[in-house]
Amino acid sequence: MTAIEVRGLHKTYGDRKVVDGVSFDVGEGEIFGILGPNGAGKTTTVECVGGLRTPDEGRVRVCGYDPGTQRADVTRVLGVQLQDSELQPKLTVREALDLYASFYERPADRHELAERLGLLPQLRTRFGKLSGGQKQRLFIALALIGRPKVVVLDELTTGLDPRARREAWELVESIRDSGVTVLLVTHFMEEAQRLCDRIAVIDRGRVAALDTPAGLIGRSSAAKEISFASRTPLDPAELRALPGAAGVETKDGRTAVHGTDETVTAFVSLLARRGVTAAGLRVVDATLDDAFLDLTGADLR
Amino acid sequence: MSAATATRTVLRTEARLFAREPGSLFWVVISPTVLLTILGLIPSFREVSEDLGGRRVIDLYVPVAVLFALIMSGIQAMPPVLSGYRERGILRRMSTTPVRPGTLLTAQLALHAAGALVSALLVISVGRLAFGVALPENLPGYALALLLAVAGGLALGAAVCAVSRTQKIATAVGSAVFFPTMFTAGVWVPVQAMPDTLQRIVQLTPCGAASQALDTAMSGGWPGWAPLAVMAAWTVGLTAAAARWFRWE
Repeated sequence: MTAIEVRGLHKTYGDRKVVDGVSFDVGEGEIFGILGPNGAGKTTTVECVGGLRTPDEGRVRVCGYDPGTQRADVTRVLGVQLQDSELQPKLTVREALDLYASFYERPADRHELAERLGLLPQLRTRFGKLSGGQKQRLFIALALIGRPKVVVLDELTTGLDPRARREAWELVESIRDSGVTVLLVTHFMEEAQRLCDRIAVIDRGRVAALDTPAGLIGRSSAAKEISFASRTPLDPAELRALPGAAGVETKDGRTAVHGTDETVTAFVSLLARRGVTAAGLRVVDATLDDAFLDLTGADLR
Repeated sequence: MSAATATRTVLRTEARLFAREPGSLFWVVISPTVLLTILGLIPSFREVSEDLGGRRVIDLYVPVAVLFALIMSGIQAMPPVLSGYRERGILRRMSTTPVRPGTLLTAQLALHAAGALVSALLVISVGRLAFGVALPENLPGYALALLLAVAGGLALGAAVCAVSRTQKIATAVGSAVFFPTMFTAGVWVPVQAMPDTLQRIVQLTPCGAASQALDTAMSGGWPGWAPLAVMAAWTVGLTAAAARWFRWE
């Protein structure tokens, strides 16, 4: 079954096309990533899913409900964590949980939720005194408190230190394991690669690619990187001529050849033919970063 | 839980938060009584004056202090709270739940109205007990005028919030509106002691009309339709403006 359906979504602010024909489906139980540089239209897309904005054109369904006309139904099945949203500064964690629990017919057990998110020691702490990681965990708790079928997490880990980020990732995985579909908006490659079942790469308001992380990397023209110490006697022109080679560069005393599996095989036979031993030889898989740059030609920051 | 439970929880939560703002509480609930007490301690203000039709300055300052409470609540205290809720995305976050963010605004309006009314009662009680100021003789008329004045003060505050994009602007606009309303409420010169022409102009403003209505009811008369109509018109107009221009984000 489809948890979220987005078809031909368009949204324009003034004369700026922020979302320009975005379509994707999120299957039930998936962690679906929306990945893209800042200003690519990610947040606007999920705001349309959450019913915070009305699309100019296109169709959005959350568990079959239209956020535009069936708001009450959508709010029952969808939990949301918004980018740049806060709570009343003097509201305590316990009060926030009580308040949001009162909004739903059958809220989750607050104590259990606080325990699961490691918020028990902070129950009496005011929102304004929480650390960034604690605030984000509270927002996850509030997104889950109505027992939603789908949660939207928008830039969940932005601004968190590496440890808090890893903790947040484990939480996202545990949310999925409890049967909730997750729509994750991020501009961190590592996060998308680690968590998502499938990723829609959004660039300038359009879906540039939609695939599994491995699929996206494999699709890249430079899925492998071969590198070795530059003093190895090999002619760069010869390297560039290897089958599938996408580029050769020399930096910090190392030469790197980007290419495919075929390039790697050809490189190894080249070494054998010449009887050369490449010093400090390494062959590594390209990351989602490389794939992303290749797909969008955009820098992430 | 039902919508009624949610509304009750929102109101209870916001009441707790209101109680955690000692600054606001002081200005809304305590400061009007402090103002009255300071004026009451000046001996000449407790003497009957022929210029004021046989009344004392302190008698005139009870309604002024009551209006001061409404101004503090509606224009000084409330707009920064509401615009802060908008600026911090609190209203936006709430609009993704089954409960509408309007519930939060309604709770804030109710709490500031309650704060203003408690403060007014405190002023009237201290005026009576400490300085022997007579209680309002026409109680229903006084209550009606007071409620309309509270509604007008909150509508003005809501309008301030609607036209202000940020919390800082709301505080600044609130202060800009604050001084004229203080003047028309008679904080510096009681409306009844103003020259005739000025009095007639001031009585077309919400606070001037409220002052006139409260004063009449105080001395036993029915507030009169003119000041009540002026207050009602301002309340309706400002509420409509607030509803028209208020942005949720």
